[in-house]
Amino acid sequence: MQLLTGNDLKSGAVIWWTGRGWSRHVEDAVDVGDQGEAILAAEDGARRVNGGYIITAENTPDGPRPSHIKDRIRALGPTVRPDLTLKPADPAAGDWVI
Amino acid sequence: MYKYDQYDQAMVDARVEEFRDQTRRRIAGEMNDDQFKPLRLKNGLYLQLHAYMLRVAIPYGTLNSSQLRKLAEIARKYDRGYGHFTTRQNLQYHWIKLEEAPDILAELATVEMHAIQTSGESIRNISADQYAGAAADEICDPRPWAELLRQATTFHPEFSYLPRKFKIAVISSAADRAALRWHDCALRIVRNDKGEEGFEVYAGGGMGRTPFIAYKIRDFCPASQIFSYIQAILRVWNHHARRDNIHKQRMKILVHDLGEEEFRRQVEEEFQHFLTLGTDFPQAEYDRIAAHFAPPPFETGLADEIDRADPDFAIWVDQQVIAHKAPGYAIANISLKPIGGIGGDITAEQMEIVAGLAERYSFDDVRVTHAQNLVLPHVRKVDLYAVWEALRDAGLADANLDLVTDVIACPGLDYCTLANARSIPVAQKIQQRFADLDRQRDLGELKIKISGCINACGHHHAGHIGILGVDRKGTENYQLLLGGSGAEDTTQAKITGPGFDEDGVVDAVERAIECYRSHRTEGERFLDTYRRVGFDAFKEAIYG
Repeated sequence: MQLLTGNDLKSGAVIWWTGRGWSRHVEDAVDVGDQGEAILAAEDGARRVNGGYIITAENTPDGPRPSHIKDRIRALGPTVRPDLTLKPADPAAGDWVI
Repeated sequence: MYKYDQYDQAMVDARVEEFRDQTRRRIAGEMNDDQFKPLRLKNGLYLQLHAYMLRVAIPYGTLNSSQLRKLAEIARKYDRGYGHFTTRQNLQYHWIKLEEAPDILAELATVEMHAIQTSGESIRNISADQYAGAAADEICDPRPWAELLRQATTFHPEFSYLPRKFKIAVISSAADRAALRWHDCALRIVRNDKGEEGFEVYAGGGMGRTPFIAYKIRDFCPASQIFSYIQAILRVWNHHARRDNIHKQRMKILVHDLGEEEFRRQVEEEFQHFLTLGTDFPQAEYDRIAAHFAPPPFETGLADEIDRADPDFAIWVDQQVIAHKAPGYAIANISLKPIGGIGGDITAEQMEIVAGLAERYSFDDVRVTHAQNLVLPHVRKVDLYAVWEALRDAGLADANLDLVTDVIACPGLDYCTLANARSIPVAQKIQQRFADLDRQRDLGELKIKISGCINACGHHHAGHIGILGVDRKGTENYQLLLGGSGAEDTTQAKITGPGFDEDGVVDAVERAIECYRSHRTEGERFLDTYRRVGFDAFKEAIYG
């Protein structure tokens, strides 16, 4: 599947395209098929996303899992600071990245 | 340390307001990212994996307690309660919001700090020996020269749109604690036969994708002519640089393409031209700057002995305390490399504790090292125990300076958008493997340096043991290098062979170290044994 991601213009936070807007959580991301570039162009113009790009991901029962480790780290947070990730209470969250 | 005059403050304040307006226009949609990116980079603001990252300049690695407290306040108020000291003696915040960046710069300006020229194609923060003004082996304090060059090159129109970044270091001792020959341009203060101060000048060094060790291009440049000489170097580079190819824009490429002799010839020619222009620093200007770096009022008649009754304190003294030029004083190194921690990271609370110690015990002076540690440069020996107790209580009393666990590591793929692999977890696993302090001390000086990509922010080319993270078909892979040095015996590390996974490279490091242990003679460091025994023996030990 193809996902759209980037960083929120104002906060810099990692965001994912949900089909209707942007979410901090990769679980909310949807497959954009071949519409990625068009959506990015519109969203860049709307000043909601910075540095947006298209990635490939695997569709799993727990939601999309980006193919590349860099995007999995972006989705969760730094592996060396579990307390600063999006799932600080889940000690196994880092396993999803590696 | 240097204090801003009204011109410095006015320039920095104006720059903050300029960036505030640029940021407002970007958020309002009056600029797109292609237009805004070079403007934010000129103010040290990057976009990294999880957020914006702000790199704050710490000129020649010198801070006072007010500045360190302000860095702590910013960490707490605008970031996530910590900062990260870098291999350029700067500090990075990794969780910055664009909309708050102008306010942060305004706060920095209140303590004479900024983020100007910490990014982009400019002359970056000028680094220096972290023991400047304190080291027993220095000729003089190199920081007045670093400050003069900082002032002369900041906002200089000829140097504002350079082909690529340009890094300068200044030291004044035979011992090199600033990785001198890994810089684009490096200066070592020396005295000639007449006792006059001047500079050995090195040019063309740099790490990254294409590493080169700088050539010494002049044995002695009179101090009064050094700005002419540096301008000549920059102009030759600016004239010839390959602006069409990002991989060939650094000056090191030009120097090595032209060759040492031809580069020197052209610099000397330009130098003669600059000498006619009268652009060198007047003596009065040097004197004005140097007055800011006058030695603090050291007490005399102090006891020169250290009470070593507490064994843990004695170990810390042996490892972390360095000889000072003033009797009764010592240089105290503060490790930011706790076992299993994140090298170079420091919490806001720890910053405030160090600021307090500097204020009380070190003439309000703190230094940042390129090895991502801190220094209290002027501590009375009778105060060392109190300093150690406070550091111990703050989790800052590790005794591992220059040992195997004092690992330099870039932020790597945990934070950096350029990285191919994570650096910090590898550093942590090496630290945990060698956590036993007796084992560390038995191994002696052993500098491990880890970069998460070929840009080499973790200085892997200069590691006794270097590790380079690469992306191999979407998985992290680590190349092992041996034999590098960033000291006065500068050498470039050599890749040993096929890469390893994360655990595999830690095992390979241990095999290299065991090879050293089995071959070393009395008093030999890892690097000495490697150089004597040779690459092949180590490669055989690593790969079998």
